[in-house]
Amino acid sequence: MIGPKPEGINVLWLQSGGCGGCTMSLLCADSCNLFEMLSSAGVRFLWHPSLSEETGVEVTRVMERCLSGQVTLDALCVEGSLLRGPNGTGRFHLLAGTGRPMIQWVRELASVARYTVAVGTCAAYGGVTAAGGNPTDACGLQYEGDEPGGLLGVEYRSRSGLPVINIAGCPTHPNWVVETLMCLAFGLFSERDMDALGRPRFYADHLVHHGCTRNEYYEFKASAEKPSDLGCMMENMGCKGTQAHADCNIRLWNGEGSCTRGGYACISCTEPGFEEPGHPFAQTPKIAGIPVGLPTDMPKAWFVALASLSKSATPKRVRENAVSDHQVITPAIRKTRLR
Amino acid sequence: MSRLVVGPFNRVEGDLEVTLEVAAGRVRSARVNSPLYRGFEQILRGKDPMDALVFAPRICGICSVSQSVAAASALASLMKLEPPENGRLATNLILAAENLADHFTHFYLFFMPDFARDVYRHRPWFTAVQARFKAIEGSAAGDALPARAKLLSLMGSMAGKWPHTLSIQPGGSARPVEGGEKIRLYSILREFRRSLEKTLFGDALEAVAGLESARDLEGWMAARAPDASDFRLFLEIAQDLALEKLGRATDRFLSYGTYSQGDGFMFRRGVWEGGFKPLDVDAITEDISHSWMAGPAKPQPPAHGVTQPLAEKPKAYSWCKAPRLNGDVAETGALARQVVNGHPLIRDLVAQSGGNVRNRVIARLLELALVVPAMESWVRALEPGAPFCHHAPVPEEGCGVGLTESARGSLGHWLEVRRGRIHNYQIISPTTWNFSPRDAQGVPGPLEQALVGVPVQEGETVPVAVQHVVRSFDPCMVCTVH
Ligand code: SF4
Ligand code: SF4
Repeated sequence: MIGPKPEGINVLWLQSGGCGGCTMSLLCADSCNLFEMLSSAGVRFLWHPSLSEETGVEVTRVMERCLSGQVTLDALCVEGSLLRGPNGTGRFHLLAGTGRPMIQWVRELASVARYTVAVGTCAAYGGVTAAGGNPTDACGLQYEGDEPGGLLGVEYRSRSGLPVINIAGCPTHPNWVVETLMCLAFGLFSERDMDALGRPRFYADHLVHHGCTRNEYYEFKASAEKPSDLGCMMENMGCKGTQAHADCNIRLWNGEGSCTRGGYACISCTEPGFEEPGHPFAQTPKIAGIPVGLPTDMPKAWFVALASLSKSATPKRVRENAVSDHQVITPAIRKTRLR
Repeated sequence: MSRLVVGPFNRVEGDLEVTLEVAAGRVRSARVNSPLYRGFEQILRGKDPMDALVFAPRICGICSVSQSVAAASALASLMKLEPPENGRLATNLILAAENLADHFTHFYLFFMPDFARDVYRHRPWFTAVQARFKAIEGSAAGDALPARAKLLSLMGSMAGKWPHTLSIQPGGSARPVEGGEKIRLYSILREFRRSLEKTLFGDALEAVAGLESARDLEGWMAARAPDASDFRLFLEIAQDLALEKLGRATDRFLSYGTYSQGDGFMFRRGVWEGGFKPLDVDAITEDISHSWMAGPAKPQPPAHGVTQPLAEKPKAYSWCKAPRLNGDVAETGALARQVVNGHPLIRDLVAQSGGNVRNRVIARLLELALVVPAMESWVRALEPGAPFCHHAPVPEEGCGVGLTESARGSLGHWLEVRRGRIHNYQIISPTTWNFSPRDAQGVPGPLEQALVGVPVQEGETVPVAVQHVVRSFDPCMVCTVH
């Protein structure tokens, strides 16, 4: 099903109002050799700020060649949110050496790009840079939080006819980026492969809760009460794993990690607006003792009924381990053969 | 006299523009500008204090753990909380993994590729360097990236993910290490050690860490072929290009100290100005005379600092503020850390040639040799079953300071809480020190000083020597202006 030979794609990668973390994360791709793998799929970097040789005017020349059509720009990757401030001037981020706002470069390059890719939640939806009073008037390429629009506008389509592809995540997982770029290079990506928020479905059709090592605690509503406890973090510690779209507990991070395995709550960093949850991140907002953010697809009455039932059935082992920082009771050993 | 604006500057973290006045083939004066502003200090106002743990690491994706550690220790000082021994060791391990990955990435991906540029094609070492270090294509990337990813799998285990972990807490680590995991962590470190000993140094880490003088280093060099290892190759280039004469700044060095142990640090806190002095944290101020910032004209201590952007301001040319120590410019980073801590090789090199491109690189690589063995001992000291985290409520009112060292130098967070919310949050990051603009007295920051006198060759629009100097600081522009 993978085509005979990838046509290859020219990638131009720009960074604006982000932290560079998505690039740093990309370099953690723990497949053989990132650069070799990308190049074997025909992914060629026209320029990447952290990796390429060109600097200064050599870079602006690359960009101008894309604009004039001398070089085909297949994928414009933008990392970091787009800063429209102050007062719509874009002055909070001038592209060094050019005196021109980055948002202007991005608008022009997006108009010639075959695909426009937002790498990370900042570029997708605005992200952390848009938190608080949003001092820089930050937004995503085609979203502002969960409102479509953003820098490029609702109607924007890249040359391929696709809206912006949002590889959301803060940072985004290296393999989400590698696989998206490879799909593009192999011509295997269409609008059907994007969810309603523009995210590649291969990772966004999962929930973080899937594969969480704390699932047994979740089943019994045996909850962690403080950092370093082993229990489920939904009830008290702000975990949004049952609502956050991502495969973090199936496709692990840095070899064997995930947020929940690292001992802290999923803060739903792949979702628009995660930066302003309306409550302290590590606390679960509750009404009458019941968490406000219930699992996706679950009617509240059922949740309440099941929770009280399962709490009453919680084994001692699960109950006590949930509030400890190591297993104080290990699973009992039973003969498992039929007798 | 001609004027040269250099940017976008690649292979540094974030955005950088340097304006040079050039005369007679040399830089006469330099102005360093960080043309990106995001406003984390404004964003943090009014938030729940513990939310700093979510926001702070996202200031920077390259030193996100250092930001976590600074935020967590600012909160810890507010909460009067001390982590248990396990929490301290875990934090050291997570921080060290980031710092070492950073030194390693900087050398292989950011710094060395410049010597594979065409301008050097007539140097005797060029062919070897081009094959090994050419950006993206060189063979070194194929060795370095998997080694780096493997080292950072320690983050997967101990911190959930990198960057932007939340496992570092004011009271320790939220990720207790269980019995069998110690051996896995240990194997990760042994594997990283092997790759350092084999390809980077071509020698045992302890042998490199034990070099005691410039003369020792020369002897080490003489005993090996120029292409025996990547470090040896760098020394060859450094000698040929006289990198010890390039990029000298103020020679006043600052370190907050790092890797806590007992009641101090593995690398101690202090200042070096031809001799060691203890650091007076209260002597730190920030000057905004040349920054696009509104606020009082008098330099402010960070605890009372304000961060209010003002895009139109006469004389201003950067979003970066100008930190000063007792009113003076100071350089920070691995070189500063090792001078302050008193590593004999580094003290000797600095006594001979000061802070410069070569010495900065040597100090970073030396830290790889010094810290990996320490990490091995920290893993051995972890005690599964004993607590990793202490707990306390966040007070409704109070102040906290968190000081730490990231790979590229001293990082400080100053926090004030009123009525249970963040009232003020001020950050001074290492690159803010190193890439500071001029102050009210007109004194240029360290990089601005280091660039004076740097050669600019005929027709160069992006002088390669300028690039070496800039990158020798391992700058992180996103941190600088947060
Ligand atoms: S900790 Fe979060 S992701 Fe894990 S089981 Fe609980 S709710 Fe699900
Ligand atoms: S677990 Fe949640 S917060 Fe963590 S990376 Fe995945 S989606 Fe983001």
